[in-house]
Amino acid sequence: MSNAHPIPFRAILRHVLLIAGAALMLAPFIWMISTASKPQTEIFSSELHLIPHQFALAENLREAFAKANLLRFLLNGVIVTVSIFVLQVMVALPAAYALAKLRFLGRETLFALVLFGILIPPQATAIPVFLLLHKAGLLDSYAALVLPFTISVFGIFLMRQFFKTVPDDLVDAARMDGISEFGIVWRVMLPAAIPAVTAFGIFSVVAHWNDYFWPLIVLNSEHLRTPPLAVAHFRNSEAGTSYGPLMAAAMVIIAPLVIAFLFAQRRFIEGITLTGIK
Amino acid sequence: MSDGSMTIGAAIAPASRATRRTLPAHGSRRAYSAYTLVTPAAALMLIMLLGPLAGVIALSFTDYQLGAPHFSWIGLSNYRDLFADKVFWTALRNTLAYVVIVVPGAVIAGLAIALLIQSGTSLRSLYRTIYFLPVMATLIAMAVVWEFMLHPQFGLVNGMLRSAGLPAFAWLQDRNTALYALCAIGIWQAVGFNMVLFLAGLVSIPKQLYEAAEIDGASSGWARFRLVTWPMLGPVTTFVVVISGIRSFQVFDTVHVLTKGGPSKSTEVLIHTMYTEGFEFFRSGYAAAITVVFLVFVLALTLIKSRLADRGVHYT
Amino acid sequence: MAQIELSAIRKSFDGTDVLKGIDFRVEDGEFISLVGPSGCGKSTLLRIIAGLEPQNSGQVQIDGRPVDSIRPSARNLAMVFQSYALYPHLSTFDNIAVPLRMRRLSTIERLPLLGALLPSRRAKERHIRADVAGIAEQLDITPLLRRKPGQLSGGQRQRVAVGRAMVREPLAFLFDEPLSNLDAKLRVHMRAELAELHRRLKATFIYVTHDQAEAMTMSSRIAVMMGGELIQAGTPAEIYNDPGDIRVAEFIGSPKINVLPGRIRKDGGVDVLGTALKLSCSAAAGDCRVGVRPERIDLGAGPFSGSVVHLENLGAEAFVHLATEGAGLRLIARLADVRHVPAMASSVAFGFAPDAVRIFDPAGKRIEIRLEQAERIREPAHV
Ligand SMILES: Nc1ncnc2c1ncn2[C@@H]1O[C@H](COP(=O)(O)OP(=O)(O)O)[C@@H](O)[C@H]1O
Ligand SMILES: [Mg+2]
Repeated sequence: MSNAHPIPFRAILRHVLLIAGAALMLAPFIWMISTASKPQTEIFSSELHLIPHQFALAENLREAFAKANLLRFLLNGVIVTVSIFVLQVMVALPAAYALAKLRFLGRETLFALVLFGILIPPQATAIPVFLLLHKAGLLDSYAALVLPFTISVFGIFLMRQFFKTVPDDLVDAARMDGISEFGIVWRVMLPAAIPAVTAFGIFSVVAHWNDYFWPLIVLNSEHLRTPPLAVAHFRNSEAGTSYGPLMAAAMVIIAPLVIAFLFAQRRFIEGITLTGIK
Repeated sequence: MSDGSMTIGAAIAPASRATRRTLPAHGSRRAYSAYTLVTPAAALMLIMLLGPLAGVIALSFTDYQLGAPHFSWIGLSNYRDLFADKVFWTALRNTLAYVVIVVPGAVIAGLAIALLIQSGTSLRSLYRTIYFLPVMATLIAMAVVWEFMLHPQFGLVNGMLRSAGLPAFAWLQDRNTALYALCAIGIWQAVGFNMVLFLAGLVSIPKQLYEAAEIDGASSGWARFRLVTWPMLGPVTTFVVVISGIRSFQVFDTVHVLTKGGPSKSTEVLIHTMYTEGFEFFRSGYAAAITVVFLVFVLALTLIKSRLADRGVHYT
Repeated sequence: MAQIELSAIRKSFDGTDVLKGIDFRVEDGEFISLVGPSGCGKSTLLRIIAGLEPQNSGQVQIDGRPVDSIRPSARNLAMVFQSYALYPHLSTFDNIAVPLRMRRLSTIERLPLLGALLPSRRAKERHIRADVAGIAEQLDITPLLRRKPGQLSGGQRQRVAVGRAMVREPLAFLFDEPLSNLDAKLRVHMRAELAELHRRLKATFIYVTHDQAEAMTMSSRIAVMMGGELIQAGTPAEIYNDPGDIRVAEFIGSPKINVLPGRIRKDGGVDVLGTALKLSCSAAAGDCRVGVRPERIDLGAGPFSGSVVHLENLGAEAFVHLATEGAGLRLIARLADVRHVPAMASSVAFGFAPDAVRIFDPAGKRIEIRLEQAERIREPAHV
């Protein structure tokens, strides 16, 4: 080690290590894009090369879209995640406001239940909720995908913590101005809580876009499939034969969130690390 | 106006403004609104969360099977069967092995990357983005990519091993390597998340502490790490370990799509067993018992975490 | 414009009595300050008047009409909060317009996109715009109308909050320590502005503050609260010169009134520090407390003496802190002429005129005194 130039050496070492790690992190993405761009013959050759000799991305994409109704599955993903988020906000915000700013009999109990609810992993309630949906005749529908998640105790908790920081005077001012309690939730608290709602929204959308367990359990029909389920089925039906289209399909499925992430990294990291406090 | 009187109580300490709302003694309009506001949430919580939680525990004492016309209470029978079942023990052992490999792997790698990123100033956000990318990408899609990367013949991994003159493996098809392959995917996916939590922890360490350490004679980077960074990161580290533990316990996606627990049960894990019993064989009671076992493990970990969170440790 | 009457208002929080029976009447067009130490229940009382907090018992009447079952917004009072409580997401204009929109627009007209299309809404919005513009003109905030609260200074926010209160033309204005978040200089300036606003609007103002100087300088009447009770109300001069209770005497005035231990003799005379005062009272013999304001202590002559332990020379005036010999009591004397400030640690003689003395019984209640008339006319000097 050269003691005369310790700083450049350390900086170079830092970059070398980080780039090596980054290559490892990116390898699957690169391999996915590479494979999705190769024709069948190149994929099934034992010679390793990343840049295809002959670009076949368009063909692979076309085949992927032909074999599976990818647009429909993406649309399903949008419908399900957006419905879940909107309903979660509609249910959680009023409750969070009441828990933060109103006093009523049973408030402490309700809040204790919310805190307890956060501890319950989603897999734990899967069987009874499944039976419930079965009894209600709701299995294999959008409702089955959305209803169980309309209640986000974590969302209630998060919003309540945020509302606690909104000054009481603001709520009182709104009352003096003639805004009803219900109006205060949407006209005063929601605008004040936009950053928290955004973070929660990213958290919620990412979690449900990527969720595999629940759609796997409740869905049967092909036309309702969410993106992860679609990839899994694609893989099962094409196993070992057409990797090019499979990789192209995987690319399409991860693209929406990855692109959104690249555009708003800070917000995404903020939103997703919320799972940390969950 | 009342005249002065000396029977005034001791000065009343001002309470925090936050507690300043009260149940209206009369005109209970506001309390009424409060109930209207919380009713949807409370009802849904009961139906979708607390009810089912009680339900899963109750179910574990029955022989209920989906579609069966009757069921009966069978006490601890499910648990007896479970503990006598070799598959359950295999699943538990595999789950624990997965946790024991993925947690240290993802925590140490996450910490190392965070330290490396934070030790310089250039390209910080680029590196952060790259390492965080796997957290964002749909795991199922990436699992499929990994499967092809691990393809015995045409995969990238074996290709590179071969060109380095090393032996190749049939990673996911070999009972000796399948679980480790899944662990590698698990670590790959979790590292970025842990890194971000560690970065947040590192940023919050006051700079003066490093300057003080330098003056106190901690001249090497390692000495400063031992003296300042590691102790200051203590709570974050505990927290990241617990979180990683809980998430690893829930491993399911990669197993289900890549190995279905095989080959020969070498990657069977708890949630996958629960899924198979409950949603493929529809033995709801038995699957509920597995869920309860899973819940006990996760709640134990979660309780440790909420203890830590109660101490006011926040990481975002 | 309104007259507000409170009768027997009681309030407790979690079993602690915060208001212990407040009876009080605010006259139409009056600027009244509710003043008292922190935690004495001023805000609670104001919030009960506003309807934001229900009382446990007692009644609030506005213009003779009980309002206890009426919602805050329907009482037609306006409130200015300590933190201003401006809606952070709305512009100055929209902040001021909120009470008008809530009152004048129907629920449908208030709907986000749809409402804006209704012709009836557009007509009403025109009026609202004109009203807000008028208020902004009066308060000199027209250039700020498009800004959000985050882009305003403390004083500007204060004005917007006042504008939001004014725009609805309320029966009365309620202020809860509206100046305490401002820096000292701005606070003094805003005092004058608020007093001027009151003169212009001629509306009823109820002004809560813990700062006795604010109460003294702005209001036409002051009500002093202590420990959940209203102990005295009167004009600033009455409260200052004729405190009915030693706690009022001690709370009002800065520096604080000097309190010396005294004794009432059987014959009604009063002794302080071994000297008889030239006055008498008809109270029973026993201990009492003798209050003298700092500006009424005359330095240089008199029957008492003390040593100078601390000096505060403010340029225009000076405060001399004395410790009496023997008894070791501390007193503060105000010196109008700073050219004659005594030296530190020097011994100074002092005294005070009999009419400067206020006497309180051991419970703190004021005791009426009679001055010895003849003496006073002949020699107004010292005791
Ligand atoms: N919502 C509440 N819950 C409990 N105690 C309260 C509440 N609001 C006020 N208090 C108590 O009532 C007393 C009077 O408070 P407040 O009216 O705010 O005093 P002030 O405005 O004179 O400083 C204080 O001791 C305060 O702690
Ligand atoms: Mg107050």
